[in-house]
Amino acid sequence: MAIEDDVTVVGGGLAGMTAALAAAREGADVRLLSHKDSTLRSASGLVDVLGYDADGTLLADPFEAIADLPDSHPYRTVGVEGVREGLALFDAVVGDRYRGDHTDRNALVATHGGSVKPTARYPASAAPGLASDERSVLLVGFETVTDFDAPLAADHLRAAGVPFEVEGATVQFPGDFRADAARTRLADALDANERLEVGAAGSGGSGRSGRSGGGAGGGESGYTTSLPARKALAETVKDHLDGTERVGFPALLGQHETDEIRADLEAELGAAVFEVPMGSPSLPGMRLEGAFQRACRDAGVRFTTGNPVVGYEERDADRHDGGVAAVRVNRNGAAIPFHADQFVLATGGLVGKGVDSDREGVREPIFDCHVPAPSDRYDWFADEAFGDHPFARFGVETDDDLRPLDREGEPAFSNLRAAGAVLGGSDFAAEKSGSGVSLATGVAAGRSAAREVTR
Amino acid sequence: MSDAETPTDPSDARDEQAVSDEEFEPVQVFPESEEMDLRPGSDDCYKCSTCDSACPVAEVDDEFPGPKFQGPEQWRVKRKDDHDIDDSVMSCSNCMRCDSACPSDVPLSQMHNTARGQFVEEQMEKLSREYVRNRILANYGTLAGFASKVPRLANFVMGNSFVQSINEKLLGITSEREFPEFADQTFREWWHERGGNATSEKRAREARAKRDDASADADDKRVAYFHGCYSNYNTPEVGKSMVRTFEHFGYEVMVPPQQCSGTPMFANGMLADAERAAETNVRELAAAIEDGADIIASCTSCSMSLRQEYPELFSFEGTASVAARTYEALEYLRLHEDLDAELADAKVEDAEFAYHAPCHARNQGLAGQAVEVLDNLTGANAEDVGDSCSGISGTYGWKEEKYDTSMEIGAEMFDHMEDTDAETGMTECPTCAMQMEHGTGYEIRHPLEVLDEALVERER
Repeated sequence: MAIEDDVTVVGGGLAGMTAALAAAREGADVRLLSHKDSTLRSASGLVDVLGYDADGTLLADPFEAIADLPDSHPYRTVGVEGVREGLALFDAVVGDRYRGDHTDRNALVATHGGSVKPTARYPASAAPGLASDERSVLLVGFETVTDFDAPLAADHLRAAGVPFEVEGATVQFPGDFRADAARTRLADALDANERLEVGAAGSGGSGRSGRSGGGAGGGESGYTTSLPARKALAETVKDHLDGTERVGFPALLGQHETDEIRADLEAELGAAVFEVPMGSPSLPGMRLEGAFQRACRDAGVRFTTGNPVVGYEERDADRHDGGVAAVRVNRNGAAIPFHADQFVLATGGLVGKGVDSDREGVREPIFDCHVPAPSDRYDWFADEAFGDHPFARFGVETDDDLRPLDREGEPAFSNLRAAGAVLGGSDFAAEKSGSGVSLATGVAAGRSAAREVTR
Repeated sequence: MSDAETPTDPSDARDEQAVSDEEFEPVQVFPESEEMDLRPGSDDCYKCSTCDSACPVAEVDDEFPGPKFQGPEQWRVKRKDDHDIDDSVMSCSNCMRCDSACPSDVPLSQMHNTARGQFVEEQMEKLSREYVRNRILANYGTLAGFASKVPRLANFVMGNSFVQSINEKLLGITSEREFPEFADQTFREWWHERGGNATSEKRAREARAKRDDASADADDKRVAYFHGCYSNYNTPEVGKSMVRTFEHFGYEVMVPPQQCSGTPMFANGMLADAERAAETNVRELAAAIEDGADIIASCTSCSMSLRQEYPELFSFEGTASVAARTYEALEYLRLHEDLDAELADAKVEDAEFAYHAPCHARNQGLAGQAVEVLDNLTGANAEDVGDSCSGISGTYGWKEEKYDTSMEIGAEMFDHMEDTDAETGMTECPTCAMQMEHGTGYEIRHPLEVLDEALVERER
């Protein structure tokens, strides 16, 4: 016959995995379809709920501000309770890997560009770096990790008026790595505590360093010496320390052993050690991806990844309920149908390609859901680069049950719900609300879909 | 003359008054190209480096610059005539994981294949040991064709440690590996002895009658099997299982003439060899499609090649239709039969497997399929051993200088296999199977063999 599930979720980012997990925990058989590896690999790992209001004023309590949002905002659809449920599911998945669940207040986290960002949940590895803390900070950058300029970030933080002393230093990552070594490679070296050559540089062409793991001592010869990576890194930083109470590194402190790496560095340096969230590929994002994927698999979610969903099949016309029967995956010209009872659309916004545009208009490419937009495309944007751009809010409109609406304001399909950035009405970049919208609407759409099949 | 070539005064462009909002229309600046033009794909790369973090070779080999360099960066550099292609492109194993990692749809493996082809064509010494060795490995099917004429002698010779050390010293083929045994009878020999197409047609008709499916039009139930080199020469059991299973569901099986799918040739930059093989395959398979068949493969690298690499690299008539009508065998049954219900009524005994999804199955969206299917079969269980690459990547792990890298990549999979309760491995890819066996000593089976056992053997 065909491949058939209770609930099929289209999209493998935070919203999609949240919807799949929420539906599976309600007892539904769930399949998640995604074109590529999860976009969480590109996410900072910070979980924002609402950082700024419409005037750009920093919000201390995001929940308090939800009532002031316009009706079209996804938070108004799911309500404050929906946002809390999204965060509750998140907290359960990540456990002690994250902080921030003890308070409703936004935390202020320094970013790799040296700005300060309000966020609701942050990795435990970033916790000692909060900008509200008054202890002095040394930011450490590495010559070859070019998207974190520590002295510049320190300057920016000072200019932002942070309540602590901050300095930046650029050092060479110990060992004999290629100049363009991937961040994940450096993280691996710290994970395994590989022995790295330190001391006199220029061992030229000696190839890769050993991977013998921890332990002290070892065969020193000549004027270089080899040290376990964590100790070697601490040695490199020590000269710059000068009594600083906290040390911030770009987020590459291991893929798996982050806690141990930080503890080892703290013991060596006698200072608190934290990670500064980074851009793609993001280690905190990859760790978060891993945690969500494990939770999904444990709940029985089936993953099918590798080809894009490009269209759908309607239910038999004689049922007259306008439902979706199957989504179609395009595999090199062949259309592979995936049947389900309920569907969740979580394909992302303009950046994630869940909303597409050309000169004629704006569209949702899989179900051709209506995406409201001004007919004149010169009205899609503001003149100022950081102005209030209408395009940032482009996305599908839904009813109270997150079902996308057609042009007439009626649900386009009886069994399709939408979650995450494909929803219109929020400007995640300006408001700092991206993860919160994904979590809240993901849980709501996933649970709602599952209830239809399990009741 | 295109808009892009319209001469304009550069000073006009800077004068905002000269172009009002209403008049401004962006134009297509790149002319339509008849030849393969990878520039648009290259321009889509915004250097997020996600591909580098997904590359199994870069993970263990610090000398390897990674897929981002091999693809879009090298593509830009090599467009200038005075730049050679970097020889590190030969260290790419063609696992194609970068393709599924890229959030921007950059055709990375296509860029790697074209760069590697150009490197071998223009920069590799044709009398060098490496070229000769790679050519032999890439044309495994030809070698196997000779060997299978005298399988016992070939097995004796290839299993001989003296020959193995000659292979390593003279050719750079590692002596660490056990050369795969040649079957006494090839799949094709078995097929013809069994009566070929006529027998299959008869058995399919009988099966349809028995399944109350006699009304089904015979033309709807016809598949052409692309067996590839390995199931022909080395593991004909897989091919036989595929034939019996499909006939059980009432399908008439055809076995068209065919050459190597080309996978080992792409991976070694032997594009001319691959093109010759592809021409035959596309012609024969397109003819089978004309006869009403869909194409079925049991090796996921073969189906990957027909589905993705052919359309990316060649433009024979019928290439697109062969790509669109090619399926992995299990995938095809899942789409066209109620396989879950069928398996729910069947059972096997003590079939615990440590399942590894080959990279080329992942790329086709088939990674979870065997685990899902066996979930429904009483007595069978397949535990996924995770998403690491097996490391052998076809001919890659056979090269003396790549052997250690290959084993280092595979280490994670070996560990995960041994962590499971199962003592038998399972995968769809013949070389992954080789690596799994080499690293753990487990016997490795193909999902089709289990299906055959559950659905067909029990009936006899």
